[in-house]
Amino acid sequence: MLLGIVFIISVGSFYLIHLLPGNITTVIEGPGASPSNQAKLYKLLGLNKPLFQQYFIWISNVLRGNLGTSFISQTSVASTIRAALPIDLEMMFLSQVVAFATAIPLAMRSARKPDGWLDRIFSAGSFTLLSVPSFIVIVLLVLFVSVKLGVPHTGPSSYVPFNQDWIVNLESMGLPTIALAIGSFVVYFRVLRSDLIATLQEEFITMARSKGISQRRIMWRHAFRPSSVALLGTAGVNIGGLLAGGFIVQYLLNIPGLGYTLIQAINESDYLLVQGIVLVVSVGVVLINFIFDFVINIVDPRISRE
Amino acid sequence: MSNFSQMIAEEEIALVEKPEKSEPLGLLFWLCVGWIGLNIIGAIFANVLPLQNPQFQDYNALNVGPSLHHLFGTDDLGRDLFARVVYGSRISLSVGAGSMLIGFGIGSPLGMLAAYRRGRFDTILTNLMYVFLAFPAIIATIAILSFWTPRSLIKIIVVIGVASIPLVYRVIRTATLNVATKDYIIAAKVQGATDRRILLRELLPNIAPIGISFLLIGVATVIALEGALAFLGLSVLPPTPSWGNMINESRTILQQNPWLAVFPSLAMCLFLLCLNFIGDRLRHHFDVTEVKL
Repeated sequence: MLLGIVFIISVGSFYLIHLLPGNITTVIEGPGASPSNQAKLYKLLGLNKPLFQQYFIWISNVLRGNLGTSFISQTSVASTIRAALPIDLEMMFLSQVVAFATAIPLAMRSARKPDGWLDRIFSAGSFTLLSVPSFIVIVLLVLFVSVKLGVPHTGPSSYVPFNQDWIVNLESMGLPTIALAIGSFVVYFRVLRSDLIATLQEEFITMARSKGISQRRIMWRHAFRPSSVALLGTAGVNIGGLLAGGFIVQYLLNIPGLGYTLIQAINESDYLLVQGIVLVVSVGVVLINFIFDFVINIVDPRISRE
Repeated sequence: MSNFSQMIAEEEIALVEKPEKSEPLGLLFWLCVGWIGLNIIGAIFANVLPLQNPQFQDYNALNVGPSLHHLFGTDDLGRDLFARVVYGSRISLSVGAGSMLIGFGIGSPLGMLAAYRRGRFDTILTNLMYVFLAFPAIIATIAILSFWTPRSLIKIIVVIGVASIPLVYRVIRTATLNVATKDYIIAAKVQGATDRRILLRELLPNIAPIGISFLLIGVATVIALEGALAFLGLSVLPPTPSWGNMINESRTILQQNPWLAVFPSLAMCLFLLCLNFIGDRLRHHFDVTEVKL
């Protein structure tokens, strides 16, 4: 299954370049390109060979870590991606930590007394936030933090890698992390809340209560574990959306991650770079989904037994 | 005697519970419906309504705040923001409605058929759809739109619509499966009803509520997605206003004129909120069990 999906993704990303209208070489080199250059590029891309052979050459290069060389910047696509990827991973990691750290306690609080005033406030608030796309969150955050409070947000030059100066790095990650975390928090909170409410009505919870186990222990040990399956499932599905949200956040705040690179590549018609990023990101998302499925099986062995 | 009082108590509980079962949709629901309706009317009749020209650049009124003459103020080129927000709804609404039309037009008949027929047809189709579901749809949309130049509204609608088919298929198939095993379907089969009749007269009305609520939430998702695409420069190009590219344009002059970001954002969020709310209420109203979206 996994291999099949990765295969389809690779065929899809490979075929992308054939979606370009007209002669590909003209599109890549611009209308002013000389015929000899065009012919060279044509051969370089292997376009004179049959399609399946082209794919075979391309995929064997990709498997060896060679994603081609950008026609625009003359740099290797793989090295560009390798430079940008850690930023995305860090952003995703931080935002997920924040989202889980807020969603789990709040959902437990809500689920303890469903329809209580606290639950009503949380639920209404999260429902409203559900309708606010992440790019609006970030624009409004920038508006509020930078313009109204006068705190400058970081630009492209001020982004500092984590291993260079982690304090400055975390400062520049603050705004994007919050913006991304809000979107994830809303989803996690709603899923976990409704699942916890259902779990708390199960008989084994009544049993635990009758044994006199404390509320806190029941929540964490008895209710949270089965309910976390739904949470993990949602988190796995959420990754794709999170990435796309992260792209926009990076673009808005000039953080040189994959999304920022992708948008620049699109604007500069750097097609090989776009192709490379699409391939890497798609395979990454699929892999993360599979890892989540695997973890879910460990957390709740009932699922694999069914 | 205690039995009697218990009976009364149970009657009372039943009485209390009954109206809850078919609880009214509520004022907020109808307010949301009204707001959506108003937006649709505004989008359709934008060029008939007494609005200013959304492209007209008044250099005597650059970055003006909200006033009676310019309800939402003007942007950095002196264009009337209110007119642009109303015209911008055209893009968002047509992308939302158009792509869901494609997604549901193809996805829901397939889902219903697969769930009704079962067998090999269902197995093959469902596995195929699951493979596509594993593919991150947003990334695919970005990828295809960045290569499939020149971009146009129709292409955006088609790409998002096709990308949504697997998801629609899964939701409709699951909903149909729940209904297809019910006694009244079996009864209809025993009576000799044709497949067509069962599909259209028995199954369709019963999965319609969940279909509609999912449709509304889908439209909301797609409108947000169009906004995201506009940010990446993959949606309709300026000067044609859309909520997404208006917010995108606003961020460079956020400091001089914050209204530029606030009004399109507000328009979009309010519209999405209403759609989500209606979808959510409908789902609860028809007491449909939770389907994971």
